[in-house]
This record gives sequence, C-alpha cells and structure tokens, in this order.
Amino acid sequence: MNLQTVSLREPRTNWADVCALEDILAGTGVSAIVDGEQIALVKTRNGELHAVSNFDPFSKTFVIARGIVGDRAGVPKIASPIYKQNFNLVTGECFDDTSVRLHVYAVRVAAGRIQVLRSNERCQA
Amino acid sequence: MITTANGHHDRRRLCVVGNGMVGHHFVKEALSRGLGKRFDITIIAEETDLAYDRVNLSKWFDGQKRDELMLVQPGEYEQAGVTVFRGEGVVAVEREARCVRTAGGHVVAYDKLVLATGSSPFVPDIAGRDSEGCFVYRTLENLAAIRGAALLATTGAVIGGGLLGLEAANALRSLGLKTHVVEMAPRLMALQLDDTGAAMLRAKVEDLGLTVHLGTTTREVVADGSGRVRALRFADGRELEVDLVVFSAGIRPRDELARAAGLALGERGGIVIDASCATSDPDIFAIGECAAFEGRTYGLVAPGYRMAETAADVLAGGSRRLTSFDSSTKLKLLGVEVGSFGDAFARAPGAKVISLYDGGTGVYKKLVLSPDKKRLLGGMLMGDTSSYASLVSYAQAGSSLPDHPEHLLLPDAASGIAPRFGADMLPEEAAVCSCHNVDKRTICGAIREHQLTALDEVKACTKAGTGCGSCVTLVAELLGRELKRAGIVVTGHLCEHFAYSRQELFHLTRLHGIRSFEALLQKHGRGQGCEICQPAVASILASTWNEHVLDANHVGQQDTNDRFLANIQRDGTYSVVPRVAAGEVTPDQLIALGSVAKKYGLYTKITGGQRVDMFGARLEQLPAIWRDLGAAGFESGHAYGKALRTVKSCVGTTWCRYGVQDSVGFAVRIENRYKGVRSPHKLKGAVSGCARECAEAQSKDFGIIATDKGYNLYVCGNGGMKPQHAVLLAADLDQDTLIRYLDRFLMFYIRTADRLQRTASWLNHLEGGIDYLKGVIVRDALGIGAELEADMAVVIGAYQCEWKATLADPHKLKAFRNFVNSEDQDPSIVFVKERAQHRPASWPEKRALFDDRRIRLPIVTTV
Repeated sequence: MNLQTVSLREPRTNWADVCALEDILAGTGVSAIVDGEQIALVKTRNGELHAVSNFDPFSKTFVIARGIVGDRAGVPKIASPIYKQNFNLVTGECFDDTSVRLHVYAVRVAAGRIQVLRSNERCQA
Repeated sequence: MITTANGHHDRRRLCVVGNGMVGHHFVKEALSRGLGKRFDITIIAEETDLAYDRVNLSKWFDGQKRDELMLVQPGEYEQAGVTVFRGEGVVAVEREARCVRTAGGHVVAYDKLVLATGSSPFVPDIAGRDSEGCFVYRTLENLAAIRGAALLATTGAVIGGGLLGLEAANALRSLGLKTHVVEMAPRLMALQLDDTGAAMLRAKVEDLGLTVHLGTTTREVVADGSGRVRALRFADGRELEVDLVVFSAGIRPRDELARAAGLALGERGGIVIDASCATSDPDIFAIGECAAFEGRTYGLVAPGYRMAETAADVLAGGSRRLTSFDSSTKLKLLGVEVGSFGDAFARAPGAKVISLYDGGTGVYKKLVLSPDKKRLLGGMLMGDTSSYASLVSYAQAGSSLPDHPEHLLLPDAASGIAPRFGADMLPEEAAVCSCHNVDKRTICGAIREHQLTALDEVKACTKAGTGCGSCVTLVAELLGRELKRAGIVVTGHLCEHFAYSRQELFHLTRLHGIRSFEALLQKHGRGQGCEICQPAVASILASTWNEHVLDANHVGQQDTNDRFLANIQRDGTYSVVPRVAAGEVTPDQLIALGSVAKKYGLYTKITGGQRVDMFGARLEQLPAIWRDLGAAGFESGHAYGKALRTVKSCVGTTWCRYGVQDSVGFAVRIENRYKGVRSPHKLKGAVSGCARECAEAQSKDFGIIATDKGYNLYVCGNGGMKPQHAVLLAADLDQDTLIRYLDRFLMFYIRTADRLQRTASWLNHLEGGIDYLKGVIVRDALGIGAELEADMAVVIGAYQCEWKATLADPHKLKAFRNFVNSEDQDPSIVFVKERAQHRPASWPEKRALFDDRRIRLPIVTTV
C-alpha cells in the first residue's frame, strides 16, 4: 500500500477528552473516535497508556484495539486480532514487517480523564 | 508350462518365496535399488493375506483393523510390475530346472531365487494335540480361529511362557477367558529374563488375573468324547480343566523346501547362508527366520530386515555383507516394559554385574560390564526401559563407559552426575535404530543437511524410529541436540514469559489452585504476557475452573473470538452461531433464527457442524442479537471457543430404516454434557446410527458408531488440512460406559496436549500411541480414571450459557460498544449485495465510498 501523507488544514495541538481512566481494564484496549479518526487506546498490565491508530493495515479493518496486549522483551505491544501481526505500542512499528507502522498519538491523563493529542495529519490512499 | 511375469524371456527372473514381513521388505529394498528394471519379479505367498505386521498381530484383538496391519498397499506390487501368486505355497524347488512348483500347479522359473519362508510354531509331540480347540498363534487366520472358538470357551491355557506365549495369554484374557500360562522352565521369558526379572514379571502377570504354572510339563491334551479339548494333563499327573489351548512353545525355521532341494542346513535347522545371504547354491538366497547365519536362526524382525537389505544389495551388485546380530528385545508386555540386550546373562568370562531392584515401583535394572568395568556388554531392564536405546547403542559400539557406571542405573535426576548418559555420549557409528540399521552419524547428518526440525521429518527422511519404535526417544534427543547446536531454540517453553510447557502450566495451575493469569504470571512467569501465553493460560483456567471468560480478571487474556463471544470475520464484523445440539432443530427454532437474521440484516449459511451461522453482526449489535436468540430458547454455541463445537448426528433409529441405535438422542446427550468445555483446540464429535457412518464420525476428535450391541468409540480423527481417521478406542459400549471413557479421554487430552494441538496430532505424538491411550482410558493403567472423571464433573457443573451471563452483567456488556466515547457505528463497515444476500465490501469498493461519504481515512505511515 502506498499511502501519502497530506496536510489538509492548520495544525491543531489541543488535547481531546476521550474517557475515564477506569473505562479501560489493565491489559486491554478500547477504540475511540476523535475528529473522525479511529484510535486504539491501550492500558498495559502495568498501567501504562498508549494510543495508536485503530486501523490494521494488513486486514484493512479498524480492529487494533481488540487485540491482545502484552510485551516483547519488555517492549509493550499489541497483536492484531485478525492476522496476529504484532505492533510496538511505543513506536507503532510492526514487529513482523518493519515497513509498516501505525500512527502513534500522544496520550495523557488529566483529572482522571484520558486525553489524546489531536492529530494534525490526515492520510489519503 | 513355464510362466514369467511379462513373457520377456530375455530379462532375468527373480522369484521370492514367502511374503511375510521380511519377504516384503526384501521386495521393497529390491525395487528401491532398481532391480525391477533388470528382473521380472514374482512373489509366491502361502497366505492369502499379503505381508502384514506380525509383530503387532495381537493388536488385532484390541480392535485394530486388518487393514491397519497390512504392510502392502493395495496395488503396490502391481504398479511396480511385480507378479504375485497368493494363497498357494511352493511345494518344490527344482534346482536343475531352475524353477519352483506351487501348490496350485504353477511352475515359476527363476534365475535368482530368494527363500523367505519364515518359521512355523513348534507344537510338542504330545497326545491329543490335534483336538478341536487347539491352536497356534502365528497368522491372522490363527487369530480369527481363536477368536471364534473363544466365544464358546470359558478357560484357556497357553503352553509356553515366552514372549509370544504371554502375548497369546493376554489375547485370551482380552477375549474374556480365564487364562493359564503353562511353562516348562522355572521362569517366564526364560530367554530374556533372569530369575529376579522373571519373578517381577510373574507378579505383574498374576496381578492381571492370569494363573502361571512354572516348571510344568504338559504330557497330554485330554479330549472329550467328541474330540474337543477338556483338560491338560501334566507330567506330575495333575489335570487342568480348559476348553481352549494355544501352543506357543517356540518356533522352527521353515527349511523343508531347502532340505528337499539338497541345500545345506544348520545343525539346529535353518538354511545355511553366508554373509551375502547366499545359500550353498549361489543362485538361491535365504533371508529371515528360515535362514541360519553363523550357526543360528533369528526369530526377530530386525535381523530379518538386515538380511533382506543385504540380499537386495548383493543382487544389485553391491558389496553389503551381514555382520553379527544381537538379540536385543524391548517390548511392552501386559503393560510391563521389558528390555533385554547383549550379554544379559553375563555369560562372558569375568563379566561384572551391577543391578538396581526397586520392589516398590516394580523397577529392575541390570547391567553386565566387562571385567575392567569399562565397557557395557549387555543388560536387562524391567518396569522402566527409557534408557534402553542409548544403552543398546552403547553396548553395540563398545565405547568406554564413564566412571561409576552404577550411576547409569539411577534416574537422571537422582544421580545428578554429569555427563548424562545419552545421545551426546554416543559414538558416531552407534546404531540408533536397529530395525533399519541407522546410525547416529546418518541421523545427525540428515538433520543438518536437510535442516529437519521435527521428529516426523527425521523419521521420514532416515527411517529411524519407524520399525519397532523403541529408539524414538533417542532420535528425538539427537534432533534436540542438533537443533540446539544450530542455534534453534527447542525449549518446551511456552514463550518468553513462561519457562514452562503448557502441560507443566496446567499442572501448576491445578496443583496450586491458581485462578487467574495474573496470579500465574506473578508466581511462575515474567513480563506482561503475549498473544501466545495469555490465550493458552486462559484456556487452561477455563478447562480447570470454567469461570466466565469475560470476568474482569480473564477478559484481557482471551483470544479474539472468546473476547467478544463471537467469530470475527475479515471486515471486523462478527458471526453468531447458536447451539443446535446434534443438529436437531424445531420448525419454530428455525423460524426464530430466520427472524433474528432478518431483523439484524445478517447473512446466513449452514455450517458443516449442522447449525446456522449468521454473519455481518457489528460488535455493538451482539448483545441485542443474543437477547432475541435467548428469548427464543437458544444458548451460545461456543463456535468462537477452543471448546466443544458440535456433536454431529445422522437421524438414526428416529427415522432411518437402517439405524440400529438412537444416534440423535445420544448426540444430544453428549453435546449437552460437554457444551462449554474448553480444550487446547476445538473439539468436534459425531454419532452415527449404524455402520454406514453418515455422521462421518471417524473424521472427528471423538466419533461414535452404533452397533447392534451398543456403540464403538473412535478417537483422534481429524478432517481439515491433514485428514486422519479416528482410531477405535473401545467397542460395543453402553451409553454410560462410553460417557465415562469420553470424560477420561477428553480430560486426559486437555491436561496433556500442547497449545492448539488437535487430538489427532496429540495422539501422533503420544508415546505408546493408541495402546497407551487405551491403557489410560479403558484399563485405567495410570489409576487416574476417577480423577479425570471428577475434574470433568467440575467443569461440567460450572457450565453457564456465556451469553446469558453476559447479558445479565453491565460490566461485561460495557465491552460491546464500538467506541468508548461515542455511540456511533464504525463507518468503515460496508456491505455490498451478492447473490441473494450481502458480503463485506472489498477495500477498493470501500475507498470509493469513503471518498463519497467524506469518511476520514486512517493514518498509516509507510517507512
């Protein structure tokens, strides 16, 4: 797949409120939608939060958040529920095919709420 | 008239007399060396059956099918251009005319003749030995006759307490006869065992209900007025009332043809052969039990195979020659492991003996060492033969032993002495597989050259381990060593988070009462887990405690489909399969299924497991769909789980004019019993109402076929990628017994299989195979039957419809939202019409729609 990254509007750097911290069980993910972008929001077993694109580039479905969360040699990862490719939750890189990378979103907790940094990029196929 | 295979008189003619295991092996070896191109090959077989596995003949009594014992594939000889006469023995060899005459009046000319006439059972010359009810134990026909006679008999006696005699005794016992073993010598298996070993064997044999008479000579078989066996009369005048007798007092080489033809015979019988297997006539070869090499004959298959290979090689112009044979034996007899090799009786002058005797566990090991204790000359193993293959190789190679050879008798863990006595220490030229004469160098070379990584591959490539199977553990050890050397990790560890195999984790979970992945990880693992260990442990926990998979402490570890109790499809939507036990469904239920599918716009299809699959459900629709299905009386079908799926049935006596049992009723009972039971992989069952087998039970993990006496239980079949027929576990069972066996079988599989290992593969890797499995399940040889049943009862007792429980729990339902922060649907899910229904849109179709609908496309970075 050859997707080109195109900036369509002015960058926005504000944080989007998504859900309460306890809305995610440790060791699982949920999907969220922010400005029409589907995001996989993941809480690892030891409580770290990560946000990556919910789009699985291998199956071309929005399902990453439904994958199994774990680690490889200490690096947090999530496995696609469809064909089981593993993605590094920190960098978005696919362990099984390093030419593929999920977009990574900045994430933070404020007053018990999880916030994701709005993306300023859009991608068109 | 002279017959040749193809009428080509210019070609040379090779005639093989006898088609037992060795005769067949010879033909295969000859064909593989291209002799089929140079010779017209003719086989003359006395039995109507072509070669079969005589070593495992007794398995026929355990229900192994005739076909499974056959060594010759249908058409195998014909395709190779080999002519076969069967059911007619040779009556004369005419060396002058270079031809043989058959009992059927055929005359077959030869340029080269191979005699593989085997041996015949020895029947002592005593009065009454021809009475009705007297048998020998050698051929399939003999066995069929014994089985027929056993129907009317109550007490049987086997004359002869050797290896074959005990096997025959076990057969009589399994046919339900009260069984006696009568042996002239003062101990059982006198050729293989010493007094200590034989005494232990006797105790075990008697535990099985057999009566042993040692030092007892039979003088006469006493017949009743109509010529039927009534009793045995012994030398001391005692009489033993029996109505069936099997003679198993040794074998004699079938050398009568050679004798009549004037070939040289051995002092104690057998056709004399030299190291090229040639007899005193250079155009006639003899191989197998009928041949005498270095003054003695061999009743074992391994020397016979060596001779077959040598004769084939010599005929092909090769230089192969026989070397001396060893009468090493390893077998499992009446559930007792026995091994004996080399100079087991310490006959060598000055030989030293060290032994270990554990009366408690029934283990006896004896090693015979050279006077300087540097070399192993022979040994005897009872109760534990795990070190047999390496010991035999060691003895045959004659290599130096480590200091303190007494440590070799102890289990590895107990000795704690390095280096270990095993594959590593074996010399390169050590024969690992005696049946096919494969040495360590060949095996290791093949592993390296062909980059083999699995035991099956090594077996296929080298033939090692495909004979008697006694060396398989050693071959596996060599494979492990080579892989380790090549840097390939072969730990049995589940993954980087657990340094344990699935079986070990199962054990730990059960032993310590562990109820969550978190607890197991804390106690026995490291890191956070992964997509290998989390579902594997989730499955173990479910198979042990059967708590709801969506409970907060389990949900994160569930595999994709379990996580949402539905089957994810290629577009991220789900399919839904309600349980329709045994495929029996009422019209109202069918209507309800149709109504639900229509209401939610689902694509429907009938599955191979006789139920209805409904596709295209969005994640957030699943609870509503199940509320409706539950209201119509449906339960979860567990199509999403590595769990019992379906028990397929044919209609049986309910409607079918051929059915002999109520297959639907029994299948409903079984499916409802095991529904919700999770296992290492999915489980499928079936019940057929008669032998026509319309439910295809033999392709299932467990398959039941009705007989007029009850039900036959088959296990470990598989359809799919690598089809494999199920194997008979037990026959003519009533429903309750069958269910007890199924409880044991399923729980034993659940406990011991690897992750994602189907029952067929599990059985293929189970040491001891179906016999071992029968021992565990049917005879309860490990004494764990009751425990397995109790464990199954716990799992069955904890059953709940997972969907019903989910609908009643708001916490579980929270997961069934597409977005945590919105009630919107996933806009990327798009269907297009196809045939009368719909399917997921392809990616190009979706892209066009996305542009149209102004849907935001995902951000994907390509590097």
